[in-house]
Amino acid sequence: MNMQQSITVRGKDRYKSGVMEYKRMGYWEPNYEPKDTDVIALFRVTPQDGVDPTEACAAVAGESSTATWTVVWTDRLTAAEKYRAKCYRVDPVPNSPGSYFAYIAYDLDLFEPGSISNLTASIIGNVFGFKPLKALRLEDMRLPTAYVKTFQGPATGIVVERERLDKFGRPLLGATVKPKLGLSGRNYGRVVYEALKGGLDFTKDDENINSQPFMHWRERFLYCMEAVNRAQAATGEIKGTYLNVTAATMEDMYERAEFAHELGSNIVMIDLVIGYTAIQSMAKWARRNNMILHLHRAGHSTYTRQRSHGVSFRVIAKWMRLAGVDHIHAGTVVGKLEGDPNTTRGYYDICREDFNPLHLEHGVFFDQNWASLNKLMPVASGGIHAGQMHQLLDLLGEDVVLQFGGGTIGHPRGIQAGATANRVALEAMILARNEGRDYVHEGPEILVKAAQTCTPLREALDVWKDVTFNYESTDAPDFVPTPSMAV
Amino acid sequence: MRVTQGCFSFLPDLTDEQIAAQVQYCLDKGWAVNIEFTDDPHPRNTYWDMWGLPMFDLRDAAGIMKELADCRRVYGDRYIRVSGFDSSPGWESVRISFIVNRPREEPGFRLDRSEAAGRNLRYATHSYAAGRPEGERYADQ
Repeated sequence: MNMQQSITVRGKDRYKSGVMEYKRMGYWEPNYEPKDTDVIALFRVTPQDGVDPTEACAAVAGESSTATWTVVWTDRLTAAEKYRAKCYRVDPVPNSPGSYFAYIAYDLDLFEPGSISNLTASIIGNVFGFKPLKALRLEDMRLPTAYVKTFQGPATGIVVERERLDKFGRPLLGATVKPKLGLSGRNYGRVVYEALKGGLDFTKDDENINSQPFMHWRERFLYCMEAVNRAQAATGEIKGTYLNVTAATMEDMYERAEFAHELGSNIVMIDLVIGYTAIQSMAKWARRNNMILHLHRAGHSTYTRQRSHGVSFRVIAKWMRLAGVDHIHAGTVVGKLEGDPNTTRGYYDICREDFNPLHLEHGVFFDQNWASLNKLMPVASGGIHAGQMHQLLDLLGEDVVLQFGGGTIGHPRGIQAGATANRVALEAMILARNEGRDYVHEGPEILVKAAQTCTPLREALDVWKDVTFNYESTDAPDFVPTPSMAV
Repeated sequence: MRVTQGCFSFLPDLTDEQIAAQVQYCLDKGWAVNIEFTDDPHPRNTYWDMWGLPMFDLRDAAGIMKELADCRRVYGDRYIRVSGFDSSPGWESVRISFIVNRPREEPGFRLDRSEAAGRNLRYATHSYAAGRPEGERYADQ
């Protein structure tokens, strides 16, 4: 294809009425050097058969910025060259014939400061339905410091969350109340109390617990706060329960959040499906009210899971760090839900580091500076249990909430015993790691030893010792160790 | 009851050898180790009394274990915790904290409720020990 020269038509001819190829309209500029202030998006573009890849990538740049299907003279009333997104690099995707990585730069002035909705309306707007493409995926974004600084960021952040909870040096432990549907408020609070008293730091509403006939939200909030306060008094430790305030309207959500605040809860929760604007509103509310804000990523797999089409979760994680949530579900690797280890590592780094260097093996395509934006606590949830503690600590590190739902509530001797088993397993593993032991390999031994003084842990290890979820990942990074040639 | 604050409260009480290993871990990370004590273990009691300043310049676990022994000699009937403080940018807070000494008897906490409108309850947590003046709280032990 050998297209390293700009083929943009310039001057009067550029604005002749009619249809012109995107790559000739100024959306393909192979010599463009992105400015420090540009937003950069990396798309995986799969053109329809017979469509020139460069033209397809230029069309993505066009349709996600200023272009429409035909030339319009009104472009000439604007600084059109500045506002055109510029595709400046196209690489074939390694081992994936017919797909291309398109690097596209957007001028910062295309975006309203501090608005994820505005950013996404451009970047993942109409362009995803564009007919000449078979499939399109937003793989990664580079957000310039100038833009990052227009966002609030996590309302609380990892450090302040730990200070408020007085919990340092180990992952936090949580559990989602099960069964997720059908419990009355009174029964629900029982599960919360048992789990917190047994040794967990948090319990959690599930994503689809809002206000249903079997349990209206006020009932849940009142009984849960009784459980939290009782457990705090029983242990001398700060406890919390993520009260899900997801509701039909912002007004309803504010009402529920205010009630949680009035009852003394230290954390509330929302679902990703409420939308970017609602998430940012709740993040601002959380900052104003000293509340930790938990985000459940309900719905994300509809667009993050397939490699060919949609939005990578690493991009969602970046948007959510900007938007200002404090917790986000980011995968477990070893549990029941999708999660390639390297890709998941990339998500965790995006949540927790102040600077992410380009790291193709982890699916991170750009250097990203977070400019001191608060850190976002990843949450590992779904099919994990005490017997995996060494692997979890090794893969996910210390600043993470480990959520054992079934792995707490399913314990043969009850919820408190399940919670205690998890806490003892965790503390034993941290102790061993800090002592310099090879805890990853000696993990099972360390757990068995800890179980000698903790019957609940011994029982947990017996019940779940052989449970693993080893399936092929659908979303692993595509990379070759050496940079590929531009086409 | 057993107050379960800190990193290792669910394990059997740490031996001095185990404590020294954790202290060494902090020192190897470049954190300042701090010793604090209290006789009011209320979960919101943030400011335990400091046994001297955080040991910013001590690089040897043995020195810190000696300080801990001295602290225990004076305040052995109270809670004592060891913490590691990390001053690096973006953290500038505690990295680990664990209890290394407890009163023989831990009386725990009373939860008071006062009823308000709409079935709301206001909760207050009282440390039984804090019913007596500071310094006399575990005097019977």
